[in-house]
Amino acid sequence: MCISCGCTASGAESHQHHHDGAHDSTARILRVETELLAKNDRLAAGNRVLFGNAGLFVLNLVSSPGSGKTTLLERTLAEIGSRLRFAVLEGDQQSSRDADRIAASGVPVRQINTGAGCHLDAHMVGHGVAAFALEQIDILMIENVGNLVCPAGFDLGEDHKVVLLSVTEGDDKPLKYPQMFRAASLMLINKTDLLPYVDFDLERCRTFARQINPRIEILEISCRSGMGLQAWYTWLAAGLRKKQEA
Amino acid sequence: MHELSLTQNLMEIAAEHARRASATAIRSITLEVGALSGALPEALEFAFDVCRTGTLAAQATLIIRRVAGRGRCAACAADAEVTQLTAVCPACGALAFELVAGRELRLLELEID
Repeated sequence: MCISCGCTASGAESHQHHHDGAHDSTARILRVETELLAKNDRLAAGNRVLFGNAGLFVLNLVSSPGSGKTTLLERTLAEIGSRLRFAVLEGDQQSSRDADRIAASGVPVRQINTGAGCHLDAHMVGHGVAAFALEQIDILMIENVGNLVCPAGFDLGEDHKVVLLSVTEGDDKPLKYPQMFRAASLMLINKTDLLPYVDFDLERCRTFARQINPRIEILEISCRSGMGLQAWYTWLAAGLRKKQEA
Repeated sequence: MHELSLTQNLMEIAAEHARRASATAIRSITLEVGALSGALPEALEFAFDVCRTGTLAAQATLIIRRVAGRGRCAACAADAEVTQLTAVCPACGALAFELVAGRELRLLELEID
């Protein structure tokens, strides 16, 4: 059995017990008052302690499929991977294509396949990081399953959710998927090199995002041209410094 | 889509409490679901039908208490009901509307034998 989360890897059922005598046939009410996400929240809190003890700055990257999460990681690792020590957890329903792309950078990476699942949860992440030497890492990037809905509610133990939105997707996405934009600390508007070709209004997008989450930070980037990436690296370094001073 | 995993969590919590109370069956499960929780009651009901097979809750009724979205404006002190997740005060328009209800996703009680 896994000690930290209690999952039964062996399949042995140790909880079963038998009761003698007949049960009262009268129905009883049991007050439970438990959050449905209580177990995930508990495991996420455990992950957060583990990451905190290692001084690790942890980001949960979320977006629709195709917004550029993996490309952002590739570019980030190529440009500042020699200054900061990264590790990457890749979440996808199937395949190790993203992990293979990241592995080419030489950074420690693990692929988590969720199968039918539409999001990563704290349990998967807790097991996913077991392979990493956490004290030798500065920043852990968790690339969630491409999905703007389900990952919003599942805390992984990260310091921040970072939501990517590419300009080909439409500037009203924050209003259409409010849970995610509310949960995120930072919004990266990606593929800004394509702005001349699409009807995407940056100011409208920023306004919509703040209507959902007034505290959200916003950076505009292009992982293709490199525009705006320095500001992203500065944000990362500041977050790491803050975490290590805590 | 995540209603399936929420329902799996629900079934685990219900089973654990029922087992501790030495229940032989669960008659009903009462859930509180906020309008702004991101979970659809209909999808939870559908997932419940799938998940309850072969459990103590096989014959149970799922009772969903819906909680309306409600908030208070830190700027104008308006108290208002909302149907959408937003930080915009419906009364004064300030970006200062704080939700006080509507995000619930909680198992309230079980009726057991």
